[in-house]
Amino acid sequence: MTEQGPGRPSLASLSVGDAVGSRTVEVDRARLVRYAGASGDFNPIHWNDELARGVGLPGVIAHGMFTMAAAVALVEDWAGDPGAVVDYQTRFTRPVPVPATGVTTIEVSAVVGALDPDAGTVRVDLTATCEGARVLGKSQAVVRL
Amino acid sequence: MTSSTVNLDYVGREYPAAAPYSVGREKVREFASAVGSTHPAHHDVVTARGLGYPDLVAPPTFAVIIAQRAEAQYIEDPAARVDFTRVVHADERFTHHRPIHAGDELVTVLHVDSITERAGLAMVTTRCEISAVVAEQAATEPVATVVSTLAVRGEGL
Repeated sequence: MTEQGPGRPSLASLSVGDAVGSRTVEVDRARLVRYAGASGDFNPIHWNDELARGVGLPGVIAHGMFTMAAAVALVEDWAGDPGAVVDYQTRFTRPVPVPATGVTTIEVSAVVGALDPDAGTVRVDLTATCEGARVLGKSQAVVRL
Repeated sequence: MTSSTVNLDYVGREYPAAAPYSVGREKVREFASAVGSTHPAHHDVVTARGLGYPDLVAPPTFAVIIAQRAEAQYIEDPAARVDFTRVVHADERFTHHRPIHAGDELVTVLHVDSITERAGLAMVTTRCEISAVVAEQAATEPVATVVSTLAVRGEGL
């Protein structure tokens, strides 16, 4: 979509390194159950501690796809149009353990990584950390503005 | 069995489109709420139409629902020897040829692009080509490409 609505960033006003924003994502077991149901991903490593430990994990871990999705919500809001995210990729570099009780916190931030005026796109580089360690790698969203 | 058991014969395999996936408004809302996508274009039809879409817009990773259904044809095939409990997701990429919206009828062709093995770890890359059924033209329109790599740990890793 190409409409310039209020609050939409314009490509000409952006520079590489500009902050896109940051947010804190809190993850608990209920969130993982909810994501499992919404996505259809019922791999038991995301809800069964015994089974997760049995295959060498520290315990239940978050779906990588949950973290990927929660991170890009920041970019959707910044762009003002979720459909403007034309490409989005990430590597999953570390698991996010989620305890049986309490919450795990993921810190998400994003900056302008590259501009492509000919294509009318901006590459937004995302960082997501859990307990100080990066859990996503080469996390990049291409946004059409 | 050696430490890695994934069947290498599946490289290059293609799974044709099965029954279409119907993108529903409530599924878009449910998925968006589950991942914390609060933009109103996922929840409010008037807002979505105001941005030029025919109906609610799906979040950028919504296509994973459709892709993982297609990937299951491969992963759940016992002869492919992919132990799902020993799978860790390595990477994922969504390329949107156009945004997915409620009302779409989507079909998916699954490709097993590569399987590589090293030190008991198998890296399996699949690609889903998702298209919308365009009923009046009896044709399909490219909507999204989803590339996913799974790391399958062998026994003892």
